[in-house]
Amino acid sequence: MSRLMFAPARSMRLTLLTLLAALMLSAGPVQAAVDAFAFDTPEQEERFRHLSNEFRCPMCQNTNLTGSSGGVAEDLRREIYMMIMEGQSDEEITRFMLDRYGDFILYRPRLTGETILLWFGPLLFLLVGGWVVMGIIRRARPVERVAVELDSAEQERLRKLLEKVDEPS
Amino acid sequence: MSRLKLFVPVGVFLVLALLLWRGLYLDPRTLPSVLIDKPLPEFELPTIEMADVTLSKEDLPDEPFLLNIWGSYCLPCLQENPIFMAAAEQDLVPIVGINYKDKPHLAEMWLEDNGSPFEYSIIDEDGRLGINLGVYGAPETFIVDGNGVIRYKHIGVIDYQIWENEIMPALEAVRAETAQL
Repeated sequence: MSRLMFAPARSMRLTLLTLLAALMLSAGPVQAAVDAFAFDTPEQEERFRHLSNEFRCPMCQNTNLTGSSGGVAEDLRREIYMMIMEGQSDEEITRFMLDRYGDFILYRPRLTGETILLWFGPLLFLLVGGWVVMGIIRRARPVERVAVELDSAEQERLRKLLEKVDEPS
Repeated sequence: MSRLKLFVPVGVFLVLALLLWRGLYLDPRTLPSVLIDKPLPEFELPTIEMADVTLSKEDLPDEPFLLNIWGSYCLPCLQENPIFMAAAEQDLVPIVGINYKDKPHLAEMWLEDNGSPFEYSIIDEDGRLGINLGVYGAPETFIVDGNGVIRYKHIGVIDYQIWENEIMPALEAVRAETAQL
């Protein structure tokens, strides 16, 4: 009986796992915050979505305004909405955020003296890494050349050595 | 020379270790405020104590004062309240509250229960004044000079040590500067 049960039990578990996986895959991105904002044009709505995605929530830090249900994120979304409806440009809205929360609010920080290392730090590391690798390669080359080029005396010695190997004493 | 080169990796390691070591003790939650040395934003809001009168920037104290963001929902605010109470009792500095994103009747109950160290508490129910101040959550405390310019910001709870080592020295510095002018 227990032997017979074994096969169906395993296939059942497989089915359950498959179902679970399917459920997890179909859930999709979870929208944390749903605001009831009414826009006049789809273009305004698109701008709102774009801007809320671009700004970082100052409270919850590692999410953007769209994905955050924190109090201040809610308020900032409301401000963005109101500024869009007032006809302000994306630049004006970004300036509003920067004046209050600084570069931190931007997921794509501006290029300034303070953020230059942030932007070009990785390039710097790449250059240093490349420099180290170049050094290793350059140092490795002479070793190969010495191994290949033997003068006639060395050739003679090598031949004798090889002969010795062929006729063990 | 090539001997010295051998120590380059050790040097790189030491620099990285030092940076990461320092990183361990940085609090990512305290963001530098861009509003230091900027004037307070304009507002026109009632207070909890006087619901039918609206105050504006011009009504704030004309000497250096503390501006404390608080809410009845905010546990750390309860924690720092005794410090402010003591400071108010000893007349160390005027403290103005901003009741941030709260229900005024809950705020009133909170003040009755725990005592009010504030001259008055400005009601910022929709959080717009908070946004203009770059606030992201209570408690936050500003030092504002007599001309309505923000001079210092502390994010999070103020305990006795922070009061003694940060707030008071910063306040004294602002006062000394004001006296010079």
